[in-house]
Amino acid sequence: MTRKQRRLTLIGSGLGVLALAAALVLFALRDSIVFFNSPSDVLERKILAGTRIRLGGLVKPGSLQRGEELRVRFEVTDGKSAIPVAYQGILPDLFREGQGVIAEGALDVGGVFKADSVLAKHDERYMPKEVADALKKTGHWKDDAGAKK
Amino acid sequence: MIAELGHYALVLALGLALIQAIAPIIGAQRRDATLMAVAGPTALAQFVFVALAFAALTACYVVSDFSVVNVFENSHSAMPLIYKFTSVWGNHEGSMLLWVLILSIFGALVAGFGGNLPATLRANVLAVQSWIAAAFYLFILMTSNPFSRFAQPPFEGRDLNPILQDIGLAVHPPLLYLGYVGFSISFSFAIAALLEGRIDAAWARWVRPWTLAAWICLTVGIAMGSYWAYYELGWGGFWFWDPVENASLMPWIAGTALLHSAVVMEKRNALKVWTILLAILTFSLSLIGTFLVRSGVLTSVHTFATDPTRGVFILAILVMFIGGGLALYAWRAPLLKQGGLFAPISREGALVFNNLFLTAACATVFVGTMYPLAYSALTGGVISIGPPFFNLVLGILIVPFLIVQPVGPLMAWKRGDLYGVAQRLVWALALAIVGIAAVFVATGVKGVLAPFGIGLAIFVIAGALTDLIERIGVLRVPFATAWARACGLPRSAWGTALAHAGLGVALLGIVCESNWSSERILAMKPSDQASIGGYDLTFDGVVTRQGPNYRELTARFTVREGGNVIGVMEPSKRSFASRNTSTTEAALLTIGFSQLYASLGDPDDGVIAVRLYHKPLVLLIWLGPVIMMLGGLLSLSDRRLRVGAPKPAKPVLQPAE
Repeated sequence: MTRKQRRLTLIGSGLGVLALAAALVLFALRDSIVFFNSPSDVLERKILAGTRIRLGGLVKPGSLQRGEELRVRFEVTDGKSAIPVAYQGILPDLFREGQGVIAEGALDVGGVFKADSVLAKHDERYMPKEVADALKKTGHWKDDAGAKK
Repeated sequence: MIAELGHYALVLALGLALIQAIAPIIGAQRRDATLMAVAGPTALAQFVFVALAFAALTACYVVSDFSVVNVFENSHSAMPLIYKFTSVWGNHEGSMLLWVLILSIFGALVAGFGGNLPATLRANVLAVQSWIAAAFYLFILMTSNPFSRFAQPPFEGRDLNPILQDIGLAVHPPLLYLGYVGFSISFSFAIAALLEGRIDAAWARWVRPWTLAAWICLTVGIAMGSYWAYYELGWGGFWFWDPVENASLMPWIAGTALLHSAVVMEKRNALKVWTILLAILTFSLSLIGTFLVRSGVLTSVHTFATDPTRGVFILAILVMFIGGGLALYAWRAPLLKQGGLFAPISREGALVFNNLFLTAACATVFVGTMYPLAYSALTGGVISIGPPFFNLVLGILIVPFLIVQPVGPLMAWKRGDLYGVAQRLVWALALAIVGIAAVFVATGVKGVLAPFGIGLAIFVIAGALTDLIERIGVLRVPFATAWARACGLPRSAWGTALAHAGLGVALLGIVCESNWSSERILAMKPSDQASIGGYDLTFDGVVTRQGPNYRELTARFTVREGGNVIGVMEPSKRSFASRNTSTTEAALLTIGFSQLYASLGDPDDGVIAVRLYHKPLVLLIWLGPVIMMLGGLLSLSDRRLRVGAPKPAKPVLQPAE
């Protein structure tokens, strides 16, 4: 092989791997992007049942109900609208009524959000940034509520 | 007083850094030995002053001086002493101080051991190192001063975030930072080479041990963080593809690529321009990692506070070093002479293949991590990209990478013999096929991914050991001879084999954990029984205890296997009054390399929610990186590679320039 052929082989295989990676990324991105929505967004954007989303807001005080076999129901609110959430499993340590939460899952046909994972904020002066931004948008942001130091 | 001393020491370090950033580089330009000689003492003095500043902050924590804002926010007088030490870096300001401390240690090491470097290279390297240092001192002093005080000191601190009160966390950040910051040395060397417009094999001999040392620390740091997340977050997962985890994975992947391309450059004087680019990219990714973690653009346990000025400042540092480095590269790299031809089928070829896949993998992780940020910056919408993306993309990219991995080290330099290598690997392939068949027999035909993954892992491990076994002559020669040969092998040969085998071991653990774990979530009353993975657990009841700065509710489980008690598990929930938060402390029962895992949910009048896992061979996931670390350490201790001893014993045959 001449120097030129060798270089071409090298460049060719490099481009090949890059193309493979790019194709994979594009293919995988299609299915794995999950959009974040506040309860108002869910209602406004008319999100279809079965679409995976992240739902973020505050756990509505007084809405938490515990059922058999670790089933729980609670409502996530942004002050304007509220969406009922159903979840089975152990809630995170920092899950409290009146505090920030993000649930991932999909709406069912009855309008209940079936969550397969629930994330709570990390400590009392910290709130998931997405939740804080969503609350600021709806005007339900209280400065003493956390987030800022 | 102590805090002020620390503050003052940090300002002095900044002053020294500015001198060191300018004087030696002018000296190197003018060949002025006096100016170049400034670099050594200033690097050592910088280290002394930063160490002083760090010691001052530590002292404030140890005596619980709550008049210092940083101590008030992250410490508590009742906290155990060990956590008073670790909370020094369990917060934004302190961790940045740790960052510059490690940076100054590396600077001082280059100054101390760099006596046999060419004088201009040494001066330029130390100057570049000092640019980085100066930027970060400024960052700390202007936006994140750990030494600021209250006018009216409070009586008690707010405590460290409870989930950070753990011994795993004591070791994780320093190791990770040693890795991140260690790559700054490769960066400085790359920039110095570009400034001088020349680069040779001696350069690679210098860069390789530093890169290796940084890589070892990063490997262990990442493994440590993963194990911490596994037992502390209570979800039983070992990797979440969280952006913050990706932030440490990207420099690791790029660093691994750099490590391998530096070998080609050292041995064959080829891939120079590429190696320089990788050195710049690796440190750039470390900086991006710091930016992602520290700027507050991401939601995570690592984001201590969100202050926009910090984000902008770090972004400016990022633009300066990455942009500047790449611009310099574009301008000066064409000056570097190309050398060393090789056929595509050769060890160089295999290493290029390794580099291609590693950079492609790194790029995909980068896309997955940054896409949500770019999306929200451009459209204002918030999205997240989860594990399915990364599992799919990397799962496919890593397969060819792993298949070629055992082939590379068996290949000759310059022109290799693929058929010969394939013959030598036949037994590894046979073992892999036996493994695949065994899995099919044991679990039935449910899917092809798990058996194939096991087979690949066996192939990687066996393939990595092939070279060693052949050279030692295991089973062919008497034991004494084999032992003598094993001792006589270069340590770098052991290092390569172990590091490669370690990856296989980790893969074995990952495949087992993700395919054959069992999980049960249940509500249990005292004396209830549950069985999982062939073990029976009896819930004996709960007790409450008082810890130093928390109360804990501990549940006791007796574990039986076939009626015999084999252990007791005591998962607990701790509540920290100072922060009004609680943490879950999972209980682990190790059986061989497998583990039983129990974590608690909320207690509700006598009934307690429990999450149980059986994780077969899960410990291999972290044993793999430990083996990789050992391989790295052996390689590092090889006479030819030792840090600070870059000159080979024999004169190398190299054409005079």
